[in-house]
Amino acid sequence: MVQYMRARLDASFAALSDATRRGVLEQLGRSDASITTLAESFHMTLTGMKKHVGVLEQAGLVTTEKVGRVRTCKLGLRGLEEEAAWIERYRQLWDARFDELDKVVEELKRKEKIDGRKKR
Amino acid sequence: MDARRDSEPTAMKNRTTVERKSERELVVTRTFNAPARIVFEAWTKPELLRQWWVPKSMGMSLLSCEMDVRVGGKYRLEFAYGDSQSTFFGTYKEVTPHSRLVWTNEESDEGSVTTVTFEEKGGKTLLVLHELYPSKEALDAAGTGAADVMVETFAQLDELLVTLGASVGRS
Repeated sequence: MVQYMRARLDASFAALSDATRRGVLEQLGRSDASITTLAESFHMTLTGMKKHVGVLEQAGLVTTEKVGRVRTCKLGLRGLEEEAAWIERYRQLWDARFDELDKVVEELKRKEKIDGRKKR
Repeated sequence: MDARRDSEPTAMKNRTTVERKSERELVVTRTFNAPARIVFEAWTKPELLRQWWVPKSMGMSLLSCEMDVRVGGKYRLEFAYGDSQSTFFGTYKEVTPHSRLVWTNEESDEGSVTTVTFEEKGGKTLLVLHELYPSKEALDAAGTGAADVMVETFAQLDELLVTLGASVGRS
């Protein structure tokens, strides 16, 4: 399971490391589009765009469906959610730690106040 | 629900953010309602760090915590969870009082370099923790590890809250 997660995350991060592919995800977030439309919007050849879509598809970020002669791409949310969840869990680890640190800091502040009063 | 318990801590609480800056970098930020010298103290005195580094809810306990906080000084933290133990250790590379700490994580070849900066503004401190990993794979693996720990942690936190809720109700 962990290995599977890692492989998925590797694919997601690799897919997201490219500006064009992030742009494609953004556009698909607004509406579904054919590979031809995407190639035109990003001033690319059909072959070039097919490659990018392939990478996104492999990472589970995009799904495609061929109807007649047109291949339509849409956002595959699963991959994005997984990555967001990864970051969120990491955030929660630090958040839990920092809540405890808040308590230590409050205690130090309180002590400093008392010591300050004693000195005066 | 106990309304008082809900509202009190949130009034003070600052947000923790995490951002993956690149394939090899993670950045965590948080503001603390105290001057930098106090927050820095809590990061550099072992008797203070051990009070917060392993939240009780994490289900792990800190067996020992040794920190020689000066350039070239070593640290070593030993944890226990269930029957297993793990040790984290490394070297302080930079120690600038109240503003900057840099250390290495040497327990694996793929360990990160951690930089913590403390920036004071109007009596509050913005803390930025930056982790740089040697490779993208190392960061992915670290994240997965943390994720595994957290699943356990939250189960324990739930239990703890139930226990606390019960004892608050009684007193």
